[in-house]
Amino acid sequence: MGMNRREAIKLVATASVALWTPAEAASARAKAAAVLSQSAAGVPFQPEFFSAHEYDTVRLLVDLVIPADDRSGSATEVGVPEFMDFMMIDRPSMQEWMSGGLAWLDIESHRRFDVRFLDATDGQRVEILEAIAWPERAEEDMSHGVAFFDRFRDLTASGFWSTEMGINDLQYQGNTLIREWVGCPEEALRHVGVMDVGD
Amino acid sequence: MQVIRSPEVYDVCIVGSGAGGGMAAHELTAAGANVVLLEAGPMWDTRQDGFMFKWPYDSPRRGASTPEQQFGEFDAGLGGWTLAGEPYTVADDQNFDWFRTRMLGGRTNHWGRISLRYGPDDFRRHSIDGLGDDWPISYDDIAPYYDRIDRLIGIFGSREGLPNDPDGIFMPAPEPRCWEHLIKRGADQMGITCIPSRLSILTRPLNGRSACHYCGQCNRGCGTRSNFSSPTVLLPPALETGRLEIIANAMAREVTIDNRGLASGVSYVNKDDGREYQVRARVVVLAASACETARLLLNSKSTLFPDGLANSSGVVGRYLTDNTGSDVMGVVPQLMDNVPHNEDGAGGAHLFMPWWLSHGDLDFPRGYHIEIWGGRGMPAYGFMGDIGQFPSGGGYGQQLKDDYRRYYGSIVGFSGRGEMIPNKDSYCEIDSDTVDRWGIPVLRFHFKWGDEEILQVKHMQQTFRELIEEIGGTPIGTMPSKEDGYGILPGGRIIHELGVTRMGDDPRSSVLNADCQAHDVRNLFVADGGPFVTNGDKNPTWTILALSMRTSEYIVQQRNQGAI
Repeated sequence: MGMNRREAIKLVATASVALWTPAEAASARAKAAAVLSQSAAGVPFQPEFFSAHEYDTVRLLVDLVIPADDRSGSATEVGVPEFMDFMMIDRPSMQEWMSGGLAWLDIESHRRFDVRFLDATDGQRVEILEAIAWPERAEEDMSHGVAFFDRFRDLTASGFWSTEMGINDLQYQGNTLIREWVGCPEEALRHVGVMDVGD
Repeated sequence: MQVIRSPEVYDVCIVGSGAGGGMAAHELTAAGANVVLLEAGPMWDTRQDGFMFKWPYDSPRRGASTPEQQFGEFDAGLGGWTLAGEPYTVADDQNFDWFRTRMLGGRTNHWGRISLRYGPDDFRRHSIDGLGDDWPISYDDIAPYYDRIDRLIGIFGSREGLPNDPDGIFMPAPEPRCWEHLIKRGADQMGITCIPSRLSILTRPLNGRSACHYCGQCNRGCGTRSNFSSPTVLLPPALETGRLEIIANAMAREVTIDNRGLASGVSYVNKDDGREYQVRARVVVLAASACETARLLLNSKSTLFPDGLANSSGVVGRYLTDNTGSDVMGVVPQLMDNVPHNEDGAGGAHLFMPWWLSHGDLDFPRGYHIEIWGGRGMPAYGFMGDIGQFPSGGGYGQQLKDDYRRYYGSIVGFSGRGEMIPNKDSYCEIDSDTVDRWGIPVLRFHFKWGDEEILQVKHMQQTFRELIEEIGGTPIGTMPSKEDGYGILPGGRIIHELGVTRMGDDPRSSVLNADCQAHDVRNLFVADGGPFVTNGDKNPTWTILALSMRTSEYIVQQRNQGAI
């Protein structure tokens, strides 16, 4: 079973796992340690990846994705922009789509209104969001914005719902010890419509 | 290069501390053997090193994966698809993803605890449908070992009397969750068998281990030893005999032989000091995980064994199989706006669906079981990703925030795990160019799915979509096309590699005999997933444990008779 030396050698990475170089892995580790010690020391946050303008745009955009309401606060209130900056260092493969997408947003805003996204009016920003926030009904020429906003929305959700405020908002009640497991509570069985469950 | 040889000659050297290696250590030390166990990864203690009860916000990345823990930073799995300094290669235009968990106990630290016995038919598939080969053993040969393992390790389940899903000695299974009740009703309506899961998680105390407390975090390392892992259940009693020495951070390089052609021990790299060591033993048991064991044999070349140790058949590395895999998820309105409650449960679904059809009317020969998931889990990195694909269509702002709340708890998913027919295009061999960081030649994988697997996965997709609709839900995403293999996952992705050191009666077409003893080298044994002749529509771990227990008993018997 001789091997063809001309066959290409391919290192395999699955689509769902970002391949870190050793340098990227080391950088990510250092960043994580620094973040934990900085927050413990009460040091005010300075973005390490985002430029000042990018960071201002991110702060604006995350709250357009998840605003405050009567049940819980907004994305900025629970540190989603800080989380995103951290993730850009932790997962360098995200940097391209994030920076590229934020740039696309400004270019689109210029194209429509002659201003950056940050300087547009509320109504103007809504017009852009309406064009990119709904994949199924978006126009074809908005596809790059749609792709960016899909990922940005997902990352905002990751950053928001994984906080204490987000978890309480969802009324998740687990991560604790239960002595006796009783299954689906009767009230919930009724709600789901499986009260006829016998065994 | 200086090689440091241990003066001691052990009775047994075991390579690998996972399911097979841990069981061999447990059995052989109990029988009085002095055992040295080489583990490529570091020592790891679930109580000290595990991540039970962590909140996602305890970390800036909220539980996401890292290069060192590719299933998540709170997952008790050190390793991943890529390991620094340990590459592998894949043939051009093919796909094989190889997961390695490098730590004491290996994959048993973070596996799903799905503990299914192979059934009588699984050992004689060739006799049934003419494809592949029969095992050289039957269910009756292995049943007593399944029984002993059930009692030793502890498993919950229900007695169902199914013909090819033998009942075990079960502790009571936990009540289904809300969404599991709903799925069961849908399955019943469609005539799909849906029964309690069979998981190696205690629902009663056993041998000083506590019963489960239903935090749903088995994969993080259980601090109360309520689930099965090799370091939790098998290694402590072995260590207590005083006859087990574990050498961690030991990367085996090759199995050494003497001038009679018998195994004499194992040489390894000590990862801490980078030097070469050799342990000597009268018997060698390889349980490094199927493909690592094949790699070790192929790299153990000599004039007696120019194609690799115990490889006169040329079959080492051949008959590589993985389970087929495919997933569908859906949104179920009946589960929305439910009464908030703790839905964690045991670390896995409480129900599953074993293969339920006969192949007379089907266009594929082998079956699959269905695993289910869903419900009100702990939010973490990746929460409700791809919401743009959900029925609401995406959006932003208050509408989106309310959508996340509505959808939370209403998503269910189905994953199929099917049997593959071994094919000649699926095997691993030694790459002729590439070595790892210790100079050990690496594996090169070749892998292809056959039409049998593609058609089976098509059936999975159709069944899952129908099931979701049966319970009033909407599948997310459209059915993948034939060109996309109906969504079949790449080989290796299910992490059930089996078959590369297969057992058989004929030394010309198998590596091991029916006792997992190398045909060519009578003091050499394999105790991981390599010996499997078929990969079944069931997870392999319980069978790996049973075979290892049986092989260990045979080793003891042979030693006592002076035969090895």
